[in-house]
Amino acid sequence: MYLCHLPTNTWSSSSFTACRLPSPSHLNSQLVSKGSEPSTCFLLLIHCPLVDAHQPKFEAVLSEVDILLNDLTFTISNLSSWMQPESASTNLATKLDDCFIRREPLGVVLIIGSWNYPLQLLLLPMVGAIAAGNCVILKPSEVSATTGSLVAELVPKYLSQECYAVIRGGAEETQELLKNRFDHIFFTGSKGVARSILQAASLHFTPVTLELGGKSPCVVYGPVNMTAAARRLVWAKFFNAGQSCVAPDYILCTSSTRDLLLPALKEALWEFYGEDPRTCPDLCRIVSPQHWTRLRALLEKTRGRIVIGGESDQEDKYMAPTVVVDVSEDDALMAEEILGPILPILSVESVEEAIALINRGQKPLALYVFSEESSVVKTVLEKTSSGGFCSNDGIVHMTLPSLPFGGVGASGWGSYHGRWGFETFSHRRACMLRGWALERFNTLRYPPYSDGKLGWLRWTTSAHSLMIPLI
Amino acid sequence: MARQVVQRAKEAFLSGRTRPLEFRLQQLQSLQRMITEKETEICTALKQDLHRSQYDTPLLELISIENELKLAMEKLSEWASRRPVEKNLLSLSDEVYIHPQPLGVVLIIGAWNYPWAVTLLPLVGAIAAGNAAVVKPSELSEHSSLLLRALLPRYLDMELYPVVMGGASETQELLRLRFDHIFYTGSCAVGRLVMEAAARYLTPVTLELGGKSPCYIDKNCNIMVACRRITWGKFVNCGQTCIAPDYILCERSIQGRVVDCIRQTLLEFYGIDPKSSPDYGRIINRHHFNRVVGLMEGYAPVLGGQSDPSQCYIAPTVLRDVPPHSRLMQEEIFGPVLPIVTVSDMDDAISFINEREKPLALYIFSSDKKAINKMMEETTSGGVTVNDVMMHYTLSSLPFGGVGQSGMGRYHGKHTFEQLSHHRACLVRSLAMENVNLSRYPPQDRRRARRVKMALKSPLIDMSKRTLVWAVVATIIGCALFITLMVILLVAAGLNCTCWYWRGFYN
Repeated sequence: MYLCHLPTNTWSSSSFTACRLPSPSHLNSQLVSKGSEPSTCFLLLIHCPLVDAHQPKFEAVLSEVDILLNDLTFTISNLSSWMQPESASTNLATKLDDCFIRREPLGVVLIIGSWNYPLQLLLLPMVGAIAAGNCVILKPSEVSATTGSLVAELVPKYLSQECYAVIRGGAEETQELLKNRFDHIFFTGSKGVARSILQAASLHFTPVTLELGGKSPCVVYGPVNMTAAARRLVWAKFFNAGQSCVAPDYILCTSSTRDLLLPALKEALWEFYGEDPRTCPDLCRIVSPQHWTRLRALLEKTRGRIVIGGESDQEDKYMAPTVVVDVSEDDALMAEEILGPILPILSVESVEEAIALINRGQKPLALYVFSEESSVVKTVLEKTSSGGFCSNDGIVHMTLPSLPFGGVGASGWGSYHGRWGFETFSHRRACMLRGWALERFNTLRYPPYSDGKLGWLRWTTSAHSLMIPLI
Repeated sequence: MARQVVQRAKEAFLSGRTRPLEFRLQQLQSLQRMITEKETEICTALKQDLHRSQYDTPLLELISIENELKLAMEKLSEWASRRPVEKNLLSLSDEVYIHPQPLGVVLIIGAWNYPWAVTLLPLVGAIAAGNAAVVKPSELSEHSSLLLRALLPRYLDMELYPVVMGGASETQELLRLRFDHIFYTGSCAVGRLVMEAAARYLTPVTLELGGKSPCYIDKNCNIMVACRRITWGKFVNCGQTCIAPDYILCERSIQGRVVDCIRQTLLEFYGIDPKSSPDYGRIINRHHFNRVVGLMEGYAPVLGGQSDPSQCYIAPTVLRDVPPHSRLMQEEIFGPVLPIVTVSDMDDAISFINEREKPLALYIFSSDKKAINKMMEETTSGGVTVNDVMMHYTLSSLPFGGVGQSGMGRYHGKHTFEQLSHHRACLVRSLAMENVNLSRYPPQDRRRARRVKMALKSPLIDMSKRTLVWAVVATIIGCALFITLMVILLVAAGLNCTCWYWRGFYN
């Protein structure tokens, strides 16, 4: 296992000070591959079939490489403006002072990736961490072993070995790693592991970002173009064989809507994956035998009725796109995040009932509504909470680097993508530079106190005087 | 008991009554009335808790609360409104924005040194963001806590903003319950317990801790003014301020002058006998009194050093040539004892600071801009004030918070609102233009893949109202200038033409 020395106080460590890269051009050189054009980055070298989950090339390129390149391009072109000190408005007492907010690196950041998008969930946070000027330790998921070893091989070739390292291993190695002190821990994965990370982080008051998951509900209500809705739903649900933290986990709709939706879903599935999805090159497999077994068990325990799919093959880790109806709230399929190609449909009588059901559960990472009635979209948006929200589509809200991507409540803490990643890995230092003049003015605050001094102080520091421009 | 209170707060939040801005504004206005109407009672309570003067209380606490309230009431509709963000080609016809939402029930654990400010400032942000909040004031500032418990239900919604009293065991009981955010101000030891408890429910936390805030005095500066400002910051509230300058770093050559200036300033501020000055405070209780006095053991102060346990009085005390590894330099002093540690130069001072935990505040006194920049670049801290102390706390546009062991998260002004809100990413699409989406669906081929790649890579366009307005205005101005130019050219050319024409006519 590759071990790296972690400094005890990251601000003063030689590794870290060597990597303190205040100038955007220097940071850019780490974000951009050595010797290549700004539009490419070292990740183009990972443009290869990702064998861990039999992921189709299109899905791998779109969800792992392109989204990363997009974020990199966005970050590289905006980094120098993000790094500029942000001017702060002043009051009368501080009108002559230079007040601003400086973004500073935190130190050494630990990024723990996940297996479902092993490259994106590891390297996208790294873009923000590098942009903010930190050193980074990457810990790829041991479940997606092939990608992990590729990352371990390539990162030292393209990035400064002093500042960026990859550590591989399983649960035991991660626990060992967490005994070290970091300045920020970025974790994508399950709640169980997140709890132990937070416990470890509390020892040194290490801030964390937790990208967890949850059951992302999908409400289908009112007049809806079923063909378009079904296509978008099927694409979002069965992309990466349903193994996306933001995949629509289950559908809430009335019985009549369900009766219209089912044929549309069948049609869309046939269009996308053909008569026999098992032979379709565009459908990927379950990542590991353990996850396949977990999903198979859910299908066996469910009291719902399988109306589409249901076939599976353990040896191939194959599971057909499956739709289950007549699922109740206490069904096995509703007890945990599915993270697989099984789509339960629960019947509700109204939007209010759907909202009540959603609010009885934990706050999800994403929430979807398919409806052509804007009042329905608005009602669900305002009466629920979730990490992100998308109406009349699925997943695509996370492709925009201008939107923060993260959870709330049980679905996570913190956000990243684009500038949000830069902010997550930066410390916003409040700075006030005062002069030596006007010391007489300061006597207002010095003892011995008086009513007159107090009155003046109240006025000069009041919020309203923030509005008085400097003449 | 705590469980029922929290459950009621949760139910009140779920009822949705904190969502309308009018409700939040009304609560903030009531809180403002409470501060204005009960100023005398608050001052009395603080006099009993900390021997605060009637001027210290508004100066140190009430003014900041009033300002926060005014700002929140003025800016609430702007802070709470949707924030459009840039779109790409694929989302050009969609609504793309960030929607600030309340988190739910926030637990606010206050501290005893500024019992009103550190409890009510987060409460202002919690109310503004639309949360319910359970307020747990510090039991050490007993009179202030009792007064808060009596007043808050009279002015604010009792179910949404309850006050829970008690000590360590009641706090432990509260921490076993589930909250949507915990906002804690206090010591590192309890902060650790708070974060461990938060791990159970994965509750986000804001920790306003402390640490040793260094104060560097460069030999090239106005030492008299520097010492006056430092003296004020160090001894206000009897040194019991999380951002008080904890210790001084300076070169040996100016140490004597620093001591003299502080001596002179102390005389100006508190007279010959600070014990009898109405403007000088006391230590909160006997335990902390013993702790601070214990820190001084074995050192002969160059100024002050007197104490009176019956009043928890410790005179403003300065010690010189303090060894870096002494007990005084191991923990946050939080009292009116100011050690001076000598360094050889600024680089030595920077190394000294960096060898220790990241402080909540850093103070730099220098007239040399390059030196100031160097120190700022090569160190880090929660906040920094140059050529003064503590003033960065007073500006609500600056985020106030620590880094590393000094804390996590930030607040004041809009930053509190942001800290206690969830920024929900929203993409509102329509089901029309489905043809555009066909490229992303299977079965996949090279052409489809290329189209999707291009759409994904399309640059982000700022479609916000402000940009659109500027674009329209710029276009109108551009067109107007162009038309003016054309008219001038035509008139110039036309004059010649007309001259010829008229000459021809008259001829």
